[in-house]
Amino acid sequence: MIKELSQRLLGPVTIVLLALTIWLGLWVTPPDRIQGNLVRLVYVHPSVAWVALYVSFGTATIASVLYLWRRTRSMAVDRIAHCAMEVSVLFIALTLITGSIWGRPTWGVWWAWDARLTTTAILGVLALGYLALRRANDDPVLRARRSAVFAVLAAINVPIIHFSVDWWKTLHQGATVFTVNGKILIHGSQLWTLLISFVGFTMLFFWLLRSRYRLEVRRELVSSAALNEALATRQREGATK
Amino acid sequence: MIRTALLVAGKDLRIELRSRVLLWQVVPFGVMALLLCGLALGPSHAGHSSAAPGLYYLVTLLVALLMINRSQAVERSPGTRSSIATLGLDPAGVFLGKSLALAVELLVTGLVLLGGTVLILHTALHGALVALPSVVVTLCALACAGTLYGALTAGGEAAATLLPVLALPAFAPLLIGGERSFNDALYGGALLGWWIIVVVALVAYVAMGILLYGVLEET
Repeated sequence: MIKELSQRLLGPVTIVLLALTIWLGLWVTPPDRIQGNLVRLVYVHPSVAWVALYVSFGTATIASVLYLWRRTRSMAVDRIAHCAMEVSVLFIALTLITGSIWGRPTWGVWWAWDARLTTTAILGVLALGYLALRRANDDPVLRARRSAVFAVLAAINVPIIHFSVDWWKTLHQGATVFTVNGKILIHGSQLWTLLISFVGFTMLFFWLLRSRYRLEVRRELVSSAALNEALATRQREGATK
Repeated sequence: MIRTALLVAGKDLRIELRSRVLLWQVVPFGVMALLLCGLALGPSHAGHSSAAPGLYYLVTLLVALLMINRSQAVERSPGTRSSIATLGLDPAGVFLGKSLALAVELLVTGLVLLGGTVLILHTALHGALVALPSVVVTLCALACAGTLYGALTAGGEAAATLLPVLALPAFAPLLIGGERSFNDALYGGALLGWWIIVVVALVAYVAMGILLYGVLEET
């Protein structure tokens, strides 16, 4: 009952939270003293990056580790890893696009060879590589095993991205909320809007993941039904000869 | 595990010695790529030497891709996989052995290419010698990572094209670490810091390989 209700509410609540983020971000919060209205991108870019790096890539990595561990190995966790990685590609692309939109007026360029930007782009290519690896293997067990190992190897990049602003002198600003000393550097309505945006985009991820997972299950069912149908047709042809 | 590693490394190196693919195909390809880099940069000596560390590692990565594909192709010949399964060899040992053989091959090629950067790209000989320890560690890390990624892509029809897609982004941190330490060896800087980063990457790839190689070889 609760599970069904939460599944039904996931979509509407996500839409409400994202609509609230847009309203607060565009009309309620004040412009920044230095950056002006450009600061409004802060209600989208960090949240999208949070989902891309930690929530979706994290989900794919955890599901992959669960697949590699014999006790929890199942095709369901492999499916979760695959679907989470697909959503991750979307969010990494959004992270780079929104960052680029912010970078052009601020730094004067669409792209800079900055540690955070470069490592995020590498993560995007790794996520695409994961999807390419899955397409290259027809055997489902081999595909699941190899992609799980690759996801774990690719996850090494996530802490590098996170700490890149502390380890290297970068153009990209340091953390605002998840700072090393735990001190939050944003306040008032801006902080609340940012937090609502974080929750909204996280829920959007789970909504997309759930939809993609259901689609994948149906695709597999259709695929196996088509195979069974083809086999039955062949058998009927053999019987009539 | 060590005994298995030495057995596998010995087997791979003997195959390489007898076939001489490294000598007649891989090394000439690397030298040719280095020459092309020099041609692409134009006749300016200053431009060549400042770009030399990056070009050296770029060419080494391309050469490494050829070697990784070859190292895995050796395992895919008929009967090899089933023989390894029947012998009950420790997968961690197989990983270490293949990495060791690949590291030796990469080091041989890497030394030739380092000489090439001195001759063709006008890198200072003293700087190249100072960079040598970091080059050795970077190439060993490349070998370990390459063995893992090679096993990931092996066997399929698209293995040759899939390997660069998966491995090159993963090699990027090694490329950066190696290039920075080479650059610092030539022009001064925090050589030790970058060297430590590459050592950490090497340890991480060895640990990952020991843990995960068995999963890739499961039948």
